[in-house]
Amino acid sequence: MKLMLRVAPGIVRKPLIASVILETGALINIERASIDAVSGEIVLDVSDDKCRQVKDAFERRGVDVVLLEIPVMRNDEECVHCGACIAICPTGTFRFDNWKVVTDPGKCIQCGACVTACPHRALQLVLR
Amino acid sequence: MEAEKSLSEINERIRDGSVRVVTAEEMPSIVEELGPGGAVREVDVVTTGTFGAMCSSGVFLNLGHSDPPIKISRAWLNRVEAYGGVAAVDLFLGATQPSEDKGIEYGGAHVIEDLVSGRAVDVMGEGVGTDCYPRLEIETTLHLEDLNQALMVNPRNAYQRYNAATNSSDRTLHTYMGTLLPRFGNVHYSGAGVLNPISNDPGFEYIGTGVRIFLGGAQGYIVGPGTQHSPESGFATLMVAGDLKRMSSEFLRAATFTRYGPTLYVGVGVPIPILNERLALSTAVRDRDITVPIVDYGVQRRDRPVLRSVSYAELRSGFVEINGKEVPTASLSSFHMARRVAGTLKEWIERGEFLLTEQAEPLPRSGVSRPMKQTKELPYVGDVMNRDVVTVGENISVPEAARVIVGSRFDHLPVVSDEGKLMGIITTWDISKAVANGNISRVSEIMTRRVYSATPDEPIELAARTMDIHSISALPVVDKDNRVIGMITSNDLSRLFAGRRPR
Repeated sequence: MKLMLRVAPGIVRKPLIASVILETGALINIERASIDAVSGEIVLDVSDDKCRQVKDAFERRGVDVVLLEIPVMRNDEECVHCGACIAICPTGTFRFDNWKVVTDPGKCIQCGACVTACPHRALQLVLR
Repeated sequence: MEAEKSLSEINERIRDGSVRVVTAEEMPSIVEELGPGGAVREVDVVTTGTFGAMCSSGVFLNLGHSDPPIKISRAWLNRVEAYGGVAAVDLFLGATQPSEDKGIEYGGAHVIEDLVSGRAVDVMGEGVGTDCYPRLEIETTLHLEDLNQALMVNPRNAYQRYNAATNSSDRTLHTYMGTLLPRFGNVHYSGAGVLNPISNDPGFEYIGTGVRIFLGGAQGYIVGPGTQHSPESGFATLMVAGDLKRMSSEFLRAATFTRYGPTLYVGVGVPIPILNERLALSTAVRDRDITVPIVDYGVQRRDRPVLRSVSYAELRSGFVEINGKEVPTASLSSFHMARRVAGTLKEWIERGEFLLTEQAEPLPRSGVSRPMKQTKELPYVGDVMNRDVVTVGENISVPEAARVIVGSRFDHLPVVSDEGKLMGIITTWDISKAVANGNISRVSEIMTRRVYSATPDEPIELAARTMDIHSISALPVVDKDNRVIGMITSNDLSRLFAGRRPR
């Protein structure tokens, strides 16, 4: 399961991920992170069984946590199943099934590459 | 004796409901099983289809006359300019024309989709004012039904096959072949392979002027060869026409390629009557039989390097190999929709709603598309560059570099290896910064290692674009061994343009 963390100013310099790993013992993959001097946006991948525990641990530290259940939305009226989203996705969220594009939202890290690559403007990130 | 039948026999079967139609996807296994003769006896019509971005598309619109009348010279539909130089109230709206208010996110293709979807379109026109057409301006709102005629006339559709695209350069490219990731990150292709209309009749045994086809969800016609028709190189095209009022937004879809612009996805399908064994064999073509070059769009020239040849079967497998690396592939045209086109055309024929027409003449079987004859060339980098470029080695100190740069004409100092190969670049700003920070050691510590460069055989427009994209003011010019042989600066380019201006 993927989690999106929004780290507010004031705590962004703290070793939040390290301390959550030590506390929960969860194996965490950082899928995407953009952190500057004042705030941060981080996407983590955590196994389903530790997900709740990790989410709580971050929230106790003042981090805003969103479960990315359906991170990318597709407008089925606009999608023509061309496939322009498939090869540019870094995590393989899209694939053809009998030449229709199917999505595996669990893989999406909200990078937005597909949104600009879709010629029919059929894709949208939920949290943007 | 070879099996044969006539077009009128086939049309008779369409009328009485006994016609046997298959799609081009089903045909190869039928020919394999029954042989070409058996296939001629078994199958009457093979339907093809393709659905992809077809930039060279547009519509002729007749608005009807206003009172007082106007001879429109310039016109806009939803702020997208249409060509007004055809009589008084005939306009041609091209699919790729961007809007003046929303930029490339909305263009001619979107106006066409709006019209087909029954939405209102705002029309603005300017006239010149004549005794017969006194009016100077017009503004109105029209629906598709308000137009006298809306005729889709697409100069170049349904390419026989299309080059696959990849990108060797180190930046992401945004092209009409979609987003091409750096360093061969992906391969994009277009076309329906086994279902491609012309791939199923590459000898134009049936395909020709006057042939009735599926166009945008309605019946249309092949006008003749499309522009850039290049049958000798296997890139034949069709010019097609049809009545927009009968078309459907399912098969005409506006799109925008990011940082390229608007385009129209068009559904085109051609029925191919199985009149003889030659047509049975040509419609038995499979994805693996149709090959295309993989072209490197990282080289921004007309003649882009070809990396290898690849079949549609490989492209559609999801991966192709380039330089020993598995590269993911993806399509820009929709095979799902191509199947919908071929399937719909098949249903029309089976239901007796679509009769096949005789070709008035086949498409030309010879000829290739030639490059533009350019009579006024911009010079090449090699013609404009400064050859007296000064370079330094990696190991000199920052103060030494400062002395060299003060003595030279340039603000940029290429740093080279012992063999003269480009390793980095330092600017007067880098030196000032190093001095300000008290860092006055080796130039190798302060130089920029990711250097953009130009080659002498590249047109100056490309060097200018490189400087523009990366906001830099000079490029070292290197030979094919990456040895520095000159320097080109934005000053050289501005001088060139100032000199070209009429005085």
